[in-house]
Amino acid sequence: MLSQQERDEIEAEFPHYEKKRGVSVEAMKIIQRHRGWVSTQAIEEISEFLEMTPDELDGVATFYNLIFRKPVGKHVILVCDSVSCWIMGYEEVRSHLLSRLGIQFGQTTGDGRFTLLSVPCLGACDQAPAMMVNDKLYGNLDPAKIDEILEAHA
Amino acid sequence: MERPLTRNIRLGKSPLHLKDYEKAGGYQGARKALQTMAPQEVTELVKNSNLRGRGGAGFPTGMKWSFVPMGEDAPRIKYVVANADEMEPGTFKDRFLLEGDPQQLIEGMIIAAYAVQASVAYIFLRWAYKRAAQLLTKAIAEAYQAGYLGQNILDSGFNLEMHLHTSAGRYMCGEETALLNALEARRANPRAKPPFPPVVGLWGKPTVVNNVETLCNIPHIVANGVEWYRGLSQSEDRGTKIYGISGRVKRPGVWELPMGTTIRELLQEHAGGMSDGFTFRGLLPGGASTDFLVEEHLDVNMDFGSVQKVGSRLGTGTMIILDDRTCPVGMVHNLERFFAQESCGWCTPCRDGLPWVARILQGLEQGEGEPGDLEILDRHTHLLGLGHTFCALAPGAIEPLQSALHYFREDFQRHIDDKCCPWS
Repeated sequence: MLSQQERDEIEAEFPHYEKKRGVSVEAMKIIQRHRGWVSTQAIEEISEFLEMTPDELDGVATFYNLIFRKPVGKHVILVCDSVSCWIMGYEEVRSHLLSRLGIQFGQTTGDGRFTLLSVPCLGACDQAPAMMVNDKLYGNLDPAKIDEILEAHA
Repeated sequence: MERPLTRNIRLGKSPLHLKDYEKAGGYQGARKALQTMAPQEVTELVKNSNLRGRGGAGFPTGMKWSFVPMGEDAPRIKYVVANADEMEPGTFKDRFLLEGDPQQLIEGMIIAAYAVQASVAYIFLRWAYKRAAQLLTKAIAEAYQAGYLGQNILDSGFNLEMHLHTSAGRYMCGEETALLNALEARRANPRAKPPFPPVVGLWGKPTVVNNVETLCNIPHIVANGVEWYRGLSQSEDRGTKIYGISGRVKRPGVWELPMGTTIRELLQEHAGGMSDGFTFRGLLPGGASTDFLVEEHLDVNMDFGSVQKVGSRLGTGTMIILDDRTCPVGMVHNLERFFAQESCGWCTPCRDGLPWVARILQGLEQGEGEPGDLEILDRHTHLLGLGHTFCALAPGAIEPLQSALHYFREDFQRHIDDKCCPWS
């Protein structure tokens, strides 16, 4: 069941949209903020609250790469793999992250600490290569800097 | 040299609060529009300024506004949307404006909304711009408090509500009709056109969608007039442009300069030239979905007409530099893989054609290229071109491919002949 706080936060979005279903992306982001990801059960709960079918809502959920339909780790690392970062050394960033974390893209470390995902251009091309950890952007990456960032999140 | 859009921006410092923004001349444009001009006069002024959209396509802004139904019979609800879904690879200019001077965008949106008599405005912001989201939330609240948003703005009788919508990802959302679907919380597939959004947009209502940089021009055009705006430019296309450069240059960054500044000046003077040990080979002038230009084009003016004359597009005006130590085939593979991934899957040429292109390029990179591969790529540049697809994603995707096949054909051929990537 949606918690009271989750319901309140979703309801606060209603006045911003002409129709109730317009809130659905916001609603899933709210749930994700509280629970880390959007489970099939959560899809059912939200869709009932917004008077949509679960399939309708899941159709929306699965379009957007930042609605997580699988559990993620405590920290989500989003690595830019677009053109400017690729030119500026993405391959080195990638192989360092993979070997340090011992996982592939789309996976979570055994201790549940890190999930590694690739994302398109972060709009930080002047500080390429770049990645985000949770809500924070890190640029001009090299192996030493990546080690520092990982340790800060250990 | 005047830099109206970035005059308040100080690198590494917080943006101006509303009071300081006003002291610096802010909200003079909104005041003038709402208190002394009829809505249609504002649209007419923007039309006469020849402002063209800064999001990539370059559509005349005033003309877009003039398509919105006006008068008694017009729909009661209309919308204005700032497209802040900056996701064109290599593009980071709107981030600079959003983080640097959020009040400027809000003022531009108020004037745009007044011109088309919209009552609700959205900022459609990409998820990655977390700092911009914080700053915009604060700036919108300040604007409400000061009476620039809400009911009876500046005693003009005009009402406007403004909301920030943070997206949940996907490049496709930057296409204006896909953006509207995303804003209605649907899958962000593009819509059939016509009808166009100024007539049938968000929830079926007339909707103007403008890029962030475009909207940031509006307060200055209204406050200072068309003649002044013309004087900012060095070319047929008016105003200033936020240019950017990334890649192996000494000082990657963004700069506001007269529209029509040459590529050479941008590269040499503003970006400081190539990094030591790297030689220039080519560039994408305006993001991932523009055609490559090469050495012979360095003196081309970066404006819509001039870049088009040499076979590319100004696009977003943020250039990506290809150097001699980067494989052009690898670079195009990176681009096409991106487009294949970001295709919404709605139409067959894009959904199936782009992955095919990406696979062939990957094969070339891995030394598995075969005779005939380049001809298959050539054919796709036609099959995925304008008129064959539902929206502009695939036609944009093949722009760097077709020009790379033209300018760097020998490099492509070497991948097949040598059975490996010469750069690896």
